[in-house]
Amino acid sequence: MTKAKAAKALHPAVKLKDKVSAGVRQQAARTLARKQTPIVPPDNIAARAMILVVAIMTFLSCLTLGAVTLVRDTAATWQTQIAREATIQIKPADGLDMEAALADARDIAAGHRGVRGANIVSREATTRLLEPWLGPGLDIDELPVPRLVIVTIDPVERPDFAAMRAELAEAVPNAALDDHRTWVDRLVAMARTTVTIGMAVLALMLSATALTVIFATRGAMAGNGHVIEVMHFVGAEAPFIAREFRRHFLLAGSRGAAAGGAAAIIVFVLFSWWSSRNVATPEGDQTAALFGNFAIGTSGYLGVALVVILIAVLTAATSHVTVMAHLKRIET
Amino acid sequence: MIRFENVGLRYGMGPEVLRDVSFHLPERSFQFLSGPSGTGKTTLLRLLFMSLKPTRGLITIFGKDRSRVTRQELPLLRRRIGVVFQDFRLLDHMTTYENVALPLRVRGREEASYRGDVVELLKWVGLGDRMHVLPPVLSGGEKQRAAIARALIEQPRILLADEPTGNVDPQLARRLLRLLIELNRMGTAVVIATHDIGLMEQVEARRMVLSGGRLDIYD
Repeated sequence: MTKAKAAKALHPAVKLKDKVSAGVRQQAARTLARKQTPIVPPDNIAARAMILVVAIMTFLSCLTLGAVTLVRDTAATWQTQIAREATIQIKPADGLDMEAALADARDIAAGHRGVRGANIVSREATTRLLEPWLGPGLDIDELPVPRLVIVTIDPVERPDFAAMRAELAEAVPNAALDDHRTWVDRLVAMARTTVTIGMAVLALMLSATALTVIFATRGAMAGNGHVIEVMHFVGAEAPFIAREFRRHFLLAGSRGAAAGGAAAIIVFVLFSWWSSRNVATPEGDQTAALFGNFAIGTSGYLGVALVVILIAVLTAATSHVTVMAHLKRIET
Repeated sequence: MIRFENVGLRYGMGPEVLRDVSFHLPERSFQFLSGPSGTGKTTLLRLLFMSLKPTRGLITIFGKDRSRVTRQELPLLRRRIGVVFQDFRLLDHMTTYENVALPLRVRGREEASYRGDVVELLKWVGLGDRMHVLPPVLSGGEKQRAAIARALIEQPRILLADEPTGNVDPQLARRLLRLLIELNRMGTAVVIATHDIGLMEQVEARRMVLSGGRLDIYD
């Protein structure tokens, strides 16, 4: 051994370097050995098309779901807003002390359980209300104008309107209580119809999505028949083959569905942001009057997550059924 | 080991492709299955491999009645039978090494437990330097040897080879035949389906000749 070689062999730094490089080589070899090609081939054109179809259908389903959630929430808001008030109307009559009658009516209403407050619409406010029809400079005393008491109602614990009506009829015969029942009933009917139509559209959309996803998955699976056959002929058990495909398609389906769901959420967030930026503008107010604040809420986001999970599971389940059907076919 | 008694097979409502086929394949035997194209060689191999059920007759495989083998038992029995397909059936997205290791992988074995065996087998069939190559890059002969290696990796009791020399030149065909003879000497029964008379003349072996759906055996 030459001096230089001996020195190199003994030098601790050189020894350490050799050890490290040997370790790195070993680690690299282990990593390479561990990384096996998946048995199910990587995505081909049909599989990529399937992911795209899954993404588009998930996006549309989530949009429909969000729209239905929005309509349902808005319809509920319409109902509560209109049902939150009742009106007592007192018609003028000879010898009737209108102010006293108004005060009596207010007190009777306010004394009932479920009434949050009762306010007399003042002479000035009544004049302002009539101004668009009767013009300015109206003297309310010259005309037999009915007067109003606005009763604010607790939407959770509604008052007994029949009892209130009976009591009013006894104390103030000219008073008429309008609990807006006709309007509320109409609105409830309209809101229910709107939500039912929305639900029907959502059901159709989800059915179309399910069918499209099934056909797209079957299309993507069609190119894998030879893989199923080879695995079968080399002695793979059916559950093993099905598991490999299920895992692959669950992942692919999840990718597509997550992309579609995320895109739908982005759309809702953008709309919500736009409506919050346009709060005081006429367009914003108009949109808010129709659709509320455009937020789909926690239930909406949970619904989107559920749709994404369902579609991913549907993709995996379709691949499972296709594998089992293929195996059954080649065994007979 | 495998016994056929008056076996008949028809596809759907068509005529019988195989008629009254009876034979016995003993352990460690070596035989050729021949006959003109379209006489049912591949069908007979599929029956041996249990990918088809006979329409009549009795097949006993490793002491089990074929008609009583359940779907769950099928893969376990099939692991004792190695098959070399005419079209190789290698998976193009996997390397030669991974294709050969596939039967072990599908059994859920850890790669470290079989790596040495697969490499050794690949060297034995002459593919030691081609193990990390994808099948589309392999020549016909190399694909054939990879398919043979895959069929042998689980040390089957019988090897079925469908036209193993159909896509190779005579020199390579002789090499492949020597490989199969060596395998037979090591204890594996071999059935070679071929219509290559030249190949059959190279070895003194039992000949099973299919003609018109019937089987004649020449010991």
